Amino acid sequence: MKVLMKGNEAIGEAAVRSGCRHFFGYPITPQTELSAYMAKKLPKAGGVFLQAESEISAVNMVYGAAAAGVRAMTSSSSPGISLKAEGISYLAAADLPCVIVNIMRGGPGLGGIQPAQSDYFQATRGGGHGDYHLIVLAPNSVQEMASLTAEGFNISEKYGIPVMLLGDGTLGQMMEPVDFDLIPEPEAYEKPWAACGTENKREKNVVKTLYLEADELERTVIEREEKYTRVKKELQRYEEKYTDDADIIISSYGITSRIVETAVRKLRDEGIKAGIIRPITLWPFPEDIYKKVDPKAFLSVEMSTGQMVEDIKLACECRRPVYFTGRTGGVIPSPQEIAEKAKQILKEVCGDGI
Amino acid sequence: MSEIHIFSGHYGSGKTEIAVNFAIAQQKAGKNVTIIDLDTVNPYFRTGDLRNMLEDMGISVIAGRFASSNVDMPLAPAEVMRAFGNKGCFIFDVGGDEDGAYALGCYAGRLKKNGFEMHLVVNLRRPLTAAARDIMDIKRGIEAASRLEFTDIYNNTNLSAETDADTITSSVGELVELERLSGLKVVKHCGTKAALSDIEESKAFPMELYLKLPF
Repeated sequence: MKVLMKGNEAIGEAAVRSGCRHFFGYPITPQTELSAYMAKKLPKAGGVFLQAESEISAVNMVYGAAAAGVRAMTSSSSPGISLKAEGISYLAAADLPCVIVNIMRGGPGLGGIQPAQSDYFQATRGGGHGDYHLIVLAPNSVQEMASLTAEGFNISEKYGIPVMLLGDGTLGQMMEPVDFDLIPEPEAYEKPWAACGTENKREKNVVKTLYLEADELERTVIEREEKYTRVKKELQRYEEKYTDDADIIISSYGITSRIVETAVRKLRDEGIKAGIIRPITLWPFPEDIYKKVDPKAFLSVEMSTGQMVEDIKLACECRRPVYFTGRTGGVIPSPQEIAEKAKQILKEVCGDGI
Repeated sequence: MSEIHIFSGHYGSGKTEIAVNFAIAQQKAGKNVTIIDLDTVNPYFRTGDLRNMLEDMGISVIAGRFASSNVDMPLAPAEVMRAFGNKGCFIFDVGGDEDGAYALGCYAGRLKKNGFEMHLVVNLRRPLTAAARDIMDIKRGIEAASRLEFTDIYNNTNLSAETDADTITSSVGELVELERLSGLKVVKHCGTKAALSDIEESKAFPMELYLKLPF
C-alpha cells in the first residue's frame, strides 16, 4: 500500500526495512526529519538511535558499528558533512560499508537552509583527504530516495565502499506517495573482516587505517583503486529520454531533473529536439552513455555554479560544446529559464537554421 | 470575543493547506480573516510562502518577520496578540507534533478566556499516524505541550496528487476507532472536489491546493 511521506522520512523507513538498526545523527535543517523518524522508529524495531554530541562523533560511531559488521547510517546537511569529512575518509580507508546521507543546503560556510546542489565536488571528489571515492547515489523522487537507500546498503556491502545518498532540501522536505513493496530486498554479504568477537575461535580482526610502512600503505591504496575500476565498469546508472534524435541533451540530477523534465516537455511541444540524460550514480559518473550519444550540444543544469558540468566534459571528451546554467544559494531554477537557455544555445551552435 | 480556529496535528498532515483553505472559505463567507503562521518547527512549505496571494485576497497574514528566509528563527510575533480582544476570525497554523505545540502553549490562558476551536488534522496514509492509537499518542503530546484540548477532528487522509475517492473512504474504519478512543467527532473530510465524491456534502471540506512544488 502506498503511504505519503517526506523524502527524509522515506530514507529512514527504507533504512529500517533494509536491516539498519544503528543510526547516529546530529540535527541540522533540512534533514532533521530523518533523525526524528529514526528516534521514533528504531527503538520499536530493536535498534539504537543515538544523537551524538557532534557530527564528528556521529560519523565515528558509524565507523565503530560498521566495523562490528552491522548496517549503520548517519545523515546531515552540507556544513555537517564537512564536519564528518575526516570520518568519511577513515570509513573509506577501512573499506567499511555504511550509508551517509547528505540533504544539501546552500553553501559555502553556514550558507543557508534552502535547497542546493553545491556539494557535488565534495561528494564525488572526496571531501576528506587521501585517494578515495564514495559511491554517490542521486535520487530524484521520494520513491527513489527509499529505493536507493535500500540499494545503497546492498551496494556498499558488495564493494566495501561507503555510499553517500545525495539529496537536497526540496527532496528531503517534499511529500510524495511511496510504496515500500517496490524497494530492493536486503542482500546478505559475508563479513569475515568484522570485529564482532572471536569467541576464542579465530585470530582477532583489526579494522584500521594507519599504515606506517610506505609500501604497505601503497599496496592498500592500489588494491582499493582496482576496486574503484571495477565499480566504474559495473555501476554506472542513469536515465535517458528522447536522446536518439536530440539536438541538445540536458543533464541534471536530483530535484533539478524534475524541473528539467518540465522544460524538455515544453521544448518538445515547440518542436525543439531536446533530450535528457539524468545521472543516478554521480560516482561512478555514467560516462559511457555520453560517448554513445551525438547531440549538437550538451547542457548541464544544477543548483550550483557548475560542478557536474566538468564530468560531462570529461565524459563526452569535449566532442561537443558543453554549456551550463543554474541557480545557487538556495534559489531553484524555473522550467522557463532552462528552456530559454536551451534555445539560446541551439541558436549559437546552429545559427538560425534550427 | 474573536472567533479562533487552531489547526494542529502530526507534521506533514496537511495543516497549512487546510488552514489556508479554511481562511479563504471564511473570507468568502464575509468574515474579517487573519491567518497566523505559528510554525516554529519547519522552514519549508509555510503559510508565509503564500503571504502575497492571501493579502491580495484581503486576508491578513501574521508570520515571523524572518519566516521562510535564511535566518528563520523560532519566534512568536507580537502581532499574535491581535487575536485576543479584537473582532474577526483568527486562524492559527501550528507547527507539527508536541514540539510545534509548545509555541501555542504560551497563549493557552488567553485562548481559554476567549474561547476557541482546536481541530486535530489527521492523515492516515502517513506511516507514523496510520493507526488510531498512534494518533492518540500525538494528540496527547500536543495537548500536554499546548495546555489546550482538541474540539474535533479534520480527516485529511491523502496521497498528495494520487489521492482519489478510495483513499478517503479507506480511512473511515480507523476513524471510527479514533472517534471511540478520543471521544471527538470527525467533522470534516478534506480533499479536492473530485476526491470527495463519496462524502456527504455537510461533511466535505473541498480544497484547492496552494502549496506547490517548483516544477
